[in-house]
Amino acid sequence: MADIAVHDPVSDGHGAHDDHGAHHTSTGLSNNKMAMWMFLGSECLLFGGLISTYMLYRGRHPADLGPDQVFDIPFTSVSSFVLLMSSLTMVLAVSSAAQKDDRRTNLWLTVTALLGATFVGGQVYEFTSFYREGLGFTSSLFSSSFFTLTGFHGVHVTVGIIMLMALVGINKRGRIPGDKAEVVELVGLYWHFVDVVWIIIFTLVYLIPS
Amino acid sequence: MSTTADHVEHADHDHGDHGDHAPEAHAHEHKPDSYYVKIALILAAITALETSTYWVDFGAFFLPTLLILMAIKFVMVASLFMHLRGDSKIFSYLFYSGLILAIGVYVAFLATFRFFAST
Repeated sequence: MADIAVHDPVSDGHGAHDDHGAHHTSTGLSNNKMAMWMFLGSECLLFGGLISTYMLYRGRHPADLGPDQVFDIPFTSVSSFVLLMSSLTMVLAVSSAAQKDDRRTNLWLTVTALLGATFVGGQVYEFTSFYREGLGFTSSLFSSSFFTLTGFHGVHVTVGIIMLMALVGINKRGRIPGDKAEVVELVGLYWHFVDVVWIIIFTLVYLIPS
Repeated sequence: MSTTADHVEHADHDHGDHGDHAPEAHAHEHKPDSYYVKIALILAAITALETSTYWVDFGAFFLPTLLILMAIKFVMVASLFMHLRGDSKIFSYLFYSGLILAIGVYVAFLATFRFFAST
């Protein structure tokens, strides 16, 4: 016998929250958010493997095609700055979503996606210029590990851009299910993670010479 | 089929036994945009300082400076932009346990290949 007092988290527009803002889960926390943090924790192992492999092989290259010869530090610094600023616009989107301001949420999400696209564009330019200098994927152990590491990161940024634009599209149609602010926050967590991974790559790969 | 009694029982279980987590679920209070802009400016300044090591000779402080600045940026983004500082401790444990496991595994991996001996 269904009772009229039963709380329906979907139909009441508050997602899986009760009146006190807590979640109806065994921990009182959002399962989605818990899963995202677990995923990000596991991603540390993926990027840890790629970074340490690069560190191991960064000295294995011909004399004229090593990191010190091909890296353009000023250019990469600008790219890093762009990605860092995309973290700012992302947190502003999360803040706007928490205030239920859809217009500003969509604006900041779009700006974040554009900054991410600028970063990926810079990476494509960098890869192209390296290739023209003779540094292909199979040229040396250095180049293989470098392209694999930064390529994996670039794919993560690209996936993030797709998620951001999809979120903007769904939000404009008003079809985000459950707690809208939490959905934006989850995408934000992924985006910030991509940024912190680049913080490590920028220092260990680009700034510390081989 | 749910009843009111069922609902009350589940609610007591969910927020009674584990009620210490419930207030943390949305604990990170709303901060003004200027707060995040200030953090971003600090992060940009640190990035500029990092980049300056390319032109300025820091001598023996070069490597420690870069590693410390990298760690500061990492913790700032994770704590303030990802709201780990104001959120449930469980999220911090999940993320940092993965990070510490990764550091441990790959330091051991690099040590096996005598990476630290050759540098």
